[in-house]
Amino acid sequence: MSTSTEVNPEKPRVGFDAFLLSALWLAGLVTVLWGAAKTDDPLFAVHMGIFALGFTAMLIWLLRRTGRIMGGTIRQTAYEDDIVRVGTILTVFWAVIGLTVGVVIAAQLAFPTTLSFPDIPYLSYGRLRPLHTSAVIFAFGGTALLTTSFYVVQRTTKARLAGGLLPWFVMWGYQLFIVLAATGYVLGITQSREYAEPEWYVDLWLTLVWVVYLLVFLGTIWKRKEPHIYVANWFYLAFIVTIAMLHIVNNLAMPVSFLGTKSYSAFSGVQDALTQWWYGHNAVGFFLTAGFLAMMYYFVPKRAERPVYSYRLSIVHFWTLIFLYIWAGPHHLHYTALPQWAQTLGMTFSLMLWMPSWGGMINGLMTLSGAWDKLRTDPVIRMLVVSVAFYGMSTFEGPLMSVREVNSLSHYTDWTVGHVHSGALGWVGFVSFGAIYCLVPWLWGRKQLYSLALVEWHFWIATIGILLYITAMWVTGIQEGLMWRSYDESGFLQYTFVETVEAKHWLYIVRMLGGVLFLLGALIMAYNVWRTIRGDVHESESAGKPALAGAQPAE
Amino acid sequence: MIFSHEPFERHSLVLTAGILIVVAIGGLIEIAPLFYLENTIEKVEGMRPYTPLELAGRNIYIREGCYTCHSQMIRPLRDEVERYGHYSLAAESMYDHPFQWGSKRTGPDLARVGGKYSDDWQRRHLIDPREVVPESVMPGYRFLDGTPLRYDDISAQLAANSIVGVPYTDEMIDNAKADLEAQAVEGGEGEEALVGRYPKAMARDYDGRPAEITEMDALVAYLQMLGTLVDFKTYEAEDPANKR
Repeated sequence: MSTSTEVNPEKPRVGFDAFLLSALWLAGLVTVLWGAAKTDDPLFAVHMGIFALGFTAMLIWLLRRTGRIMGGTIRQTAYEDDIVRVGTILTVFWAVIGLTVGVVIAAQLAFPTTLSFPDIPYLSYGRLRPLHTSAVIFAFGGTALLTTSFYVVQRTTKARLAGGLLPWFVMWGYQLFIVLAATGYVLGITQSREYAEPEWYVDLWLTLVWVVYLLVFLGTIWKRKEPHIYVANWFYLAFIVTIAMLHIVNNLAMPVSFLGTKSYSAFSGVQDALTQWWYGHNAVGFFLTAGFLAMMYYFVPKRAERPVYSYRLSIVHFWTLIFLYIWAGPHHLHYTALPQWAQTLGMTFSLMLWMPSWGGMINGLMTLSGAWDKLRTDPVIRMLVVSVAFYGMSTFEGPLMSVREVNSLSHYTDWTVGHVHSGALGWVGFVSFGAIYCLVPWLWGRKQLYSLALVEWHFWIATIGILLYITAMWVTGIQEGLMWRSYDESGFLQYTFVETVEAKHWLYIVRMLGGVLFLLGALIMAYNVWRTIRGDVHESESAGKPALAGAQPAE
Repeated sequence: MIFSHEPFERHSLVLTAGILIVVAIGGLIEIAPLFYLENTIEKVEGMRPYTPLELAGRNIYIREGCYTCHSQMIRPLRDEVERYGHYSLAAESMYDHPFQWGSKRTGPDLARVGGKYSDDWQRRHLIDPREVVPESVMPGYRFLDGTPLRYDDISAQLAANSIVGVPYTDEMIDNAKADLEAQAVEGGEGEEALVGRYPKAMARDYDGRPAEITEMDALVAYLQMLGTLVDFKTYEAEDPANKR
């Protein structure tokens, strides 16, 4: 079925959804303007202003969109693909932004004298680091998840996205959340909860967006023309439902004023710490794992043109994965003031988690059965497969680091940072890039990408970048862990803390170079995507070469 | 097959409910008991809520993302205890909304940094870390120096803390502004009342600018009290009540 097929030839109409959205955004606009006028907190006023700009932009967009629907320039198609096209471009954009900020803060650690700006609060490492993590996880990763979920749920249910214009509320509302979060960190608005830094009013906004997202997703499943719900949608659903639960509980807080930015967490100390890491580890488990496994379950079989390896394995690893993941949070708090019984539970479940994680990896890799030759011929499938391999590696490393004795060395060190990046760059990054390379020709109706050779370049440059990054962090992490606990012959601590910092200098440069290479790969992808959208095909690839498997419109 | 996966694949609400139940269990079993098991937090002497100035300093610590590089959680490992001091107790962060245990030590742990360095060292280090520690990778925070502290809503800050469970009394909330100002000068007339409400509170000019109360005052006041409250002479680690 091509994306331009008309299924609804009757007169175009603008329905309740447009009315609801305009009412919502107008009400929002009035509220935030009132907030901006009433508050005496300048930062709150800035954020209300950003809200107001966002709502105004959405209203203008809505007017233009409904105008085009009424005018008949937008046809009611079988699938809502405009939103997937917008999301794909935004995903590439946020990848470049998030990686760039990462390179900047890596450079700040490598060259602290040159890149310290003691008079400019907005450029200090402490404010940019949350900007980097959120830009990569929530802006790049989150937009990739929204976008692919909207594509996949339509294709696997054979139904158009539910809710008319409501999916657009989710997409634009989520982008507004990203802008509020990012500007907040730079301005110094933060809850200091890692990966949940935005303040209470931004959290409320995200909650609203997320509930609509769940409704749109479920609504589409209700409209499905397939009797069964496809495995990718189980994972997307688990991601949406669980993130809602985690987000709401972890962000419970008491605002100092309903016209100010600052709030105080509902919990304190040890309870707060475990709530936060219950959230934090499952942001990994459900945002960065379940969501991206959903991506794997659609794009790997589709691109390889092979069915998923084992249906039974998908069932077993799905339920065990989501059950076990939730328990793993306490491994972030080994040897802390958290009661030991909780630490032991966290470690035990983290170890068990290895099995369902590898269940997913096996299911992804073995889907290539009978199509292994494509690893040689198709760099996109290679990217997808290597992402699954990185998933397997970091989900082996994770349980290892959750063992208390290993953790006593690795915790607080760069090893953790390296571990996160093998997952984030290798798994989340590569599986998303693979999905983008699949989606762009499908969505824009191109026979092939502008250049597969550029995908090769992207793949190899980025892979070398990841390897430089994680090996540098393994070395610095284990080195500083050992130096911290090292004693001299007389029984005194052998190194001062700052000696362990100094010893990492060269490897911090290597880490930065790894990041630069990964960013370079993403820029190559952005160029390739842009040329593909324009309809170009690189001259060396345009003639004589057989069309690649999978590079056709879906369905 | 005795068990059929069919219902989950055919009914989206069964699937949704199944997911919600399965993911709720772990958190309920791990987190909920921490709120009612009495031995979660040790019985110690000396803990008190932050003074208004310390709280304002803590909010700057949070705002600047200090937690991204500094932990406040000393583990009971030989090297950490020797490097940083007594391992951290749960009681020491029981008034921390949110906690600041951190997850990374790009810089050293700060749980007991209070009193380790002089105010002047702290101030100079914050302005230009490499002036006092040449190998440091920490950013400079010169913009804190001389920036007036905004504390017109300090009573509301305390009140919000008291709603989430910090034992600030009405008297503390009402006098928050006076207490904050009293702590930023040495030997002022409000000092006695301050120390009466907040034992061990240290009143002095922290930033070398006696005429004004700056963000530097607040942050240094916070750093200088970190880890100094609990009286470890009366703490019995081997007491069964403190074993967890």
